[in-house]
Amino acid sequence: MKPTRPNTKLFHETASQTAGPYVHIGLTPHATGIALYDHEAGSRVAGPQTQGERIRVHGVVWDGQGDPVRDVLIEVWQPNAAGHFAGSDTAEADFQGWGRIVSDFDTGEWRLDTIKPGAPEGQAPHLHLWIVARGINTGLHTRMYFPDEPRNADDPVLTMIDVAEHRQTLIAAHLGDGAYRFDISLQGASETVFFDV
Amino acid sequence: MAETMLYPRDWSRQPPADAPDYLSTRARSPKRPLVYLPDRALQTTGPVFNDDDLGENDWDLLTNYAAPGASANGPRILMHGRVLDENARPVPGALIECWQANAGGRYRHVNDTYLAPLDPNFCGCGRTITDDDGAYRFRTVQPGPYPWPNGPNTWRPAHIHFSVCGASFAQRLITQCYFQGDPFIPHCAIVQSIPNADAVDRLTAKLDLDATVPHDMVAYRFDIVLRGRFATYFENRPEGT
Ligand SMILES: [Fe+3]
Repeated sequence: MKPTRPNTKLFHETASQTAGPYVHIGLTPHATGIALYDHEAGSRVAGPQTQGERIRVHGVVWDGQGDPVRDVLIEVWQPNAAGHFAGSDTAEADFQGWGRIVSDFDTGEWRLDTIKPGAPEGQAPHLHLWIVARGINTGLHTRMYFPDEPRNADDPVLTMIDVAEHRQTLIAAHLGDGAYRFDISLQGASETVFFDV
Repeated sequence: MAETMLYPRDWSRQPPADAPDYLSTRARSPKRPLVYLPDRALQTTGPVFNDDDLGENDWDLLTNYAAPGASANGPRILMHGRVLDENARPVPGALIECWQANAGGRYRHVNDTYLAPLDPNFCGCGRTITDDDGAYRFRTVQPGPYPWPNGPNTWRPAHIHFSVCGASFAQRLITQCYFQGDPFIPHCAIVQSIPNADAVDRLTAKLDLDATVPHDMVAYRFDIVLRGRFATYFENRPEGT
């Protein structure tokens, strides 16, 4: 339910516009051959001092025609293995908890290297993902949960999604050895659940 | 605990996912409604940025890619403004990244094949962090309009793409800034996908004569508003206590 408290806004949020096909220039310039910044923002979610199980997530974002979204850019936001977010005193100094992922421009395959997050506030462990690209007017928020995770059964977000097939779109497949597969569908029978956060 | 929820996003001022005149949305727009999830963690946490993370020239697109002593080609402009929230409070420490075509309308991107030439002294990206007043500025060239494949003869108005990381990840925003008086604005399917004329006007940078630097560059003003928080339940207790 949306809150019904009176809103005391003085201004309105600026309208979103698509990130467009050239978003990489602005957010990940190395990916398009521009060596400008010494430290590119979002290039490493977890440094070597960060505790936790190292994982790698593979995926493709699919459009409604079954084609990979080759120009996609994804951001991840997650807590550390203890469930604490970067910026809190309890997170490791080299844990950023935030990263940017660019797909291969030819295949649309992307890959995320990170650590398995802890469980925040009684929820099941999950990665929060935000997806932008040409043709996406407002960035899309979704979550990736882990399979074989007993806490999924009580997770308040998973349990509020009534349709089992929809719920399933948020759960990655385990490929073994710390590797997972998480494909995202923008449309169609397997359309991923997206959130208004 | 003073943490309160962000105002829900006002979708009446946002472009719909499926905007039929903007062809790329057809296959890339989710068809099911978004699931409302006021995510406390997302609303209260987000990446933190320090000025040390940036190079001191990152904000200056005129020179950040130019040969020593050289400068990008095109009309020199100062693009500046403030990042505020819906309660009109400044948002300090926000990371703003911008990217744009050069003065001829060409992006330095492997996938841009427009016939206008690249400018060897311009890469078209910059970044900065807002100060205590939420203020930011970029020095750059005014980008050119460019053709795009949305119809037989479709052109984007001149624009600069802006990405903003505010105080929390739920405020995350990417948008585009247009220029006052650009005759392409009413013809662009991306701009016109926004269903509210005032919201479009707010995306249009205004000529700022007072900030113009004599004999150097024209100034444009573009303010950005991120989602704000409801006042606390306990009205007699100021936020933060
Ligand atoms: Fe553009």
